[in-house]
Amino acid sequence: MTEKPRSHLSVLNLSCRRGETKLFGALSFDLGAGESLHVCGANGSGKTTLLRFLSALSFPDDGEIFWNGRSIGHALCDYRSRLAYLGHRDAIKEELTPIENLKLAALLSGEDFDPESARGALKRLGVPDGDAIFCRRLSQGQKRRVALARLSLLDRPLWILDEPCAALDPTAAGEVASMIDAHLSSGGLAVVASPSEDAFPHARKLRLSASC
Amino acid sequence: MRIEHALMDKNDLPKTLSRLAALPAAYRLAGKAIPYFWALTVAAGAAGLYAAFFLALPDARQGEIFRIIFLHVPASWMSLFIYLCMAFLAALALFFNARASSILLSALAPTGALFTFLSLSTGALWGKPIWGSWWVWWDARLVSELILFFMYIGFIALASAIEDPKRADKASALLALVGVANIPIVYFSVRWWHTLHQGYSITLTRPPTVAAVTFWGILLCVLACMAYTAAVALMRFRNIVLERERDAEWVRETLAVGS
Amino acid sequence: MLRFIATVIRREFLLAFRRPADLISVLFFFIIASSLFPLGVWPHVDTWRRLAPGALWVSALLATLLSLPHLFADDYRDGTLEQLVLGAYPLAFAVFGKLVAHWLVFGVSLALLAPVFAFQFDLPGHALWTLFLSLLVGTPALSSLGAIGAALALGLRGGRVLLSLLVLPLYIPVLIFGAAAVEAALAGIGANAGLSFLAALSLAGMFFTPPLIAAALHITME
Repeated sequence: MTEKPRSHLSVLNLSCRRGETKLFGALSFDLGAGESLHVCGANGSGKTTLLRFLSALSFPDDGEIFWNGRSIGHALCDYRSRLAYLGHRDAIKEELTPIENLKLAALLSGEDFDPESARGALKRLGVPDGDAIFCRRLSQGQKRRVALARLSLLDRPLWILDEPCAALDPTAAGEVASMIDAHLSSGGLAVVASPSEDAFPHARKLRLSASC
Repeated sequence: MRIEHALMDKNDLPKTLSRLAALPAAYRLAGKAIPYFWALTVAAGAAGLYAAFFLALPDARQGEIFRIIFLHVPASWMSLFIYLCMAFLAALALFFNARASSILLSALAPTGALFTFLSLSTGALWGKPIWGSWWVWWDARLVSELILFFMYIGFIALASAIEDPKRADKASALLALVGVANIPIVYFSVRWWHTLHQGYSITLTRPPTVAAVTFWGILLCVLACMAYTAAVALMRFRNIVLERERDAEWVRETLAVGS
Repeated sequence: MLRFIATVIRREFLLAFRRPADLISVLFFFIIASSLFPLGVWPHVDTWRRLAPGALWVSALLATLLSLPHLFADDYRDGTLEQLVLGAYPLAFAVFGKLVAHWLVFGVSLALLAPVFAFQFDLPGHALWTLFLSLLVGTPALSSLGAIGAALALGLRGGRVLLSLLVLPLYIPVLIFGAAAVEAALAGIGANAGLSFLAALSLAGMFFTPPLIAAALHITME
């Protein structure tokens, strides 16, 4: 908790090419505690690629990413355990109940699991009876909500969310926005990709277009 | 963990630049070297084959069939030698992220598979009249050679199944490294298994000490095979480089000058 | 760290328990494959006994091969593999946990099942015991070496065929030592040498392959 205010992400001259086309080049930005970045742009403009670079799941052709002033290449494991990533795929096991999913995710992240707060998070996001139903039975949007509940339970300063509101109804999307705000106000950072321009009014905007 | 870290740690700008610069230089250097390797192949091959067919006398016990060792021995050596080279290049490719070496790696594999196949087939042709059987399962060298062939095939299959060249390079380099550890284990396990079955076995006679002319002839053939491998692998290397870098400025320039 | 690995193992157990069809089909494959061998040879008790060590070990090896795609493919498809990368410890530890679980679920069940179905080869009691032991200490090597192939062929078209092409050459030493141990027991020579080599391969496999497998998974996900 003590180091949360120090958290700082900066990106220097990041570039990516896919085959013959250059997706983005010389991308630089800084993100301090309590700040968020909204990455927008059309499909195929490189939003997901950028977010995977930021979560150290893949690596850029050029450029560097710094976490608290250190290049993440030098402290990969440490950096990876500071961030929470929500990709296109929910990372929900269909054979398990929502509570079991959350419990395993917490334990694998090296954190303690509190069933009461997990139930609370699920209820806030509108997933009832978290331990009475297998995730196989849930709809696409409900699975997404379980994945978002996981995010709110983990104690990780940097959130990297790839289209968090995909498959969600407007009410749940509003809940996501307030979740992100709560995270920011407690000193967290968030990078959110979403195609719609006006989804997150408080966030700084980064527009990706394949021509730049 | 260290391997993973080495794979991932590439945020080093000078290294990136040297990596980008390396390919055009390697391409040009390969182009200059190829004719010399071909010349060496032809010269050493002609001399070696002359020794094989005209200078060497038929073996007292094996007769004319023994001349097959002028192909068999170099092919066997090359099959193992190429795999060792590939493992070395794979280590370079993984730990130093050297693109040129991962391309050379995939350029070597088909030639390695070819020599392994040659070694197996010439060995069988030689074994039938000498040992009385095309193939035996209890000789460690034979089985290791066969497994080596399977590993070449697996390497080529993996490299060609992956569409993304970056992933294909790294995955096949990792496989080459795993495979190089497998060969001695296979060799050892078959030898051990063979000692367990002493009762069944016929002893496989090694060729007796060879005449000097045979020895030098074989050595010339080995040299020819090495030069051939280098020439063919470098030609393949140039093709792969051109294909990978087809939208780079220097490739366009090179091809424009060439035509 | 031990707690992390234990969590991974518990997770794999839970998933295997909720998805029993995976294990059951692999075990039935083993039963069917091993009973094909006696049908394919001269029908005589002596021939069957001769055949037994190799046939049972080859069947176990092929059954393990069938179980390998489950090791990473499901986690890869639903995105949990990415979450494991971002876990508290490096991926190699999670891989180690998965290998242990794979051995406990598939390897141990095969080892328990094999002596029961070895009756069709008319093996004597001490050979059955050796068969059980050889599979018990040999299957960790099968799991760990196979996982390298599973990680490399992950998500590729035709991945299953490719997987067998990559993995079977690595399995040769395990097969030789395993079958030889049972054969030695049948012949009345001590099986300890074979069993010790198997144990050595398994230990080496379990401790040296996880970083390689993790590297392969990183390559796949990148």
